[in-house]
Amino acid sequence: MSTTAHAAPHAHRDPVGSRIGMWLFLLTEMLLFAGCFLAYAVFRTRYSDDFHFAAQELNLSLGLLNTLVLLTSSLTMVLGIAAMERGRARAAAAWTGATIAMGAAFLAIKGFEWAAKFRHGIYPNSPELASAHTMGEQVFYGLYFTLTGLHALHVIAGMALLGIMGAFILRALGRGGAGGGEGVLAGRLENAGLYWHLVDVIWIFLFPLFYLIS
Amino acid sequence: MEQRTHLPAGLFLMVWAALLVLTGVTVTVAGLHLGSFSVFTAIAIAAVKASLVLLFFMRLKYEPFFFRVMLFAAVATITVIMALTFADVAFR
Repeated sequence: MSTTAHAAPHAHRDPVGSRIGMWLFLLTEMLLFAGCFLAYAVFRTRYSDDFHFAAQELNLSLGLLNTLVLLTSSLTMVLGIAAMERGRARAAAAWTGATIAMGAAFLAIKGFEWAAKFRHGIYPNSPELASAHTMGEQVFYGLYFTLTGLHALHVIAGMALLGIMGAFILRALGRGGAGGGEGVLAGRLENAGLYWHLVDVIWIFLFPLFYLIS
Repeated sequence: MEQRTHLPAGLFLMVWAALLVLTGVTVTVAGLHLGSFSVFTAIAIAAVKASLVLLFFMRLKYEPFFFRVMLFAAVATITVIMALTFADVAFR
């Protein structure tokens, strides 16, 4: 950074330290989801036939479409960070906006998928699930709603985080430029991006476990 | 002030294309009904995809070595928990 940054109040920045902090948080998120995956693995070995038939009832096309949406949102995310690092705040804001829009598209598709299941009487603790489905199928749908729901909450949190980072960039643009603070903005956007990518990584495992293994 | 490696957009596009190809592969393989082998391939392809995201999109490849140590600690913990759970569940 230029010498003027030394006079700025945020001169004592530690970008590596802040990324270590973000990574430590992400590792706890990994452990949270790993616990759920462990429950899935144990019940899958116990009710392998029920899981097989229940998984066939899920909409593979929608799951695949959501996978493509989320993978592409990770691409727009890194392009946004790369733009911010090069001081191109306008492009960074646009890529961040595109990433948030794809998060919204993911949630819309997921909502459509859940709504279809609800219409068939399949939702947590539903009478239909308790009477017309085997124990293994009930466990499968329990895990499906828990894991995709927990993941969707993370998508919402990621969108909110990116919205805040986008607002920081737009505010800097409104003042006629970041004025030497591009590095700060890029660092914030990168940490938000780390969270977004982790949400993508979790979906990379959720997709085959629920939609493909049948 | 640390110097960040400015990664080219072309690299990101290649990683994204690889992720899409691997998604196509995993869907195709799942359609072949290979039995228990299909579970293994699905998890293996997901692991490769996750590694691509971690290494390039999350820049683990370009971070200090300590970042890999942290990730290893978490993955090792998860592996031990899973192994011990299955050592219990499998022999009940």
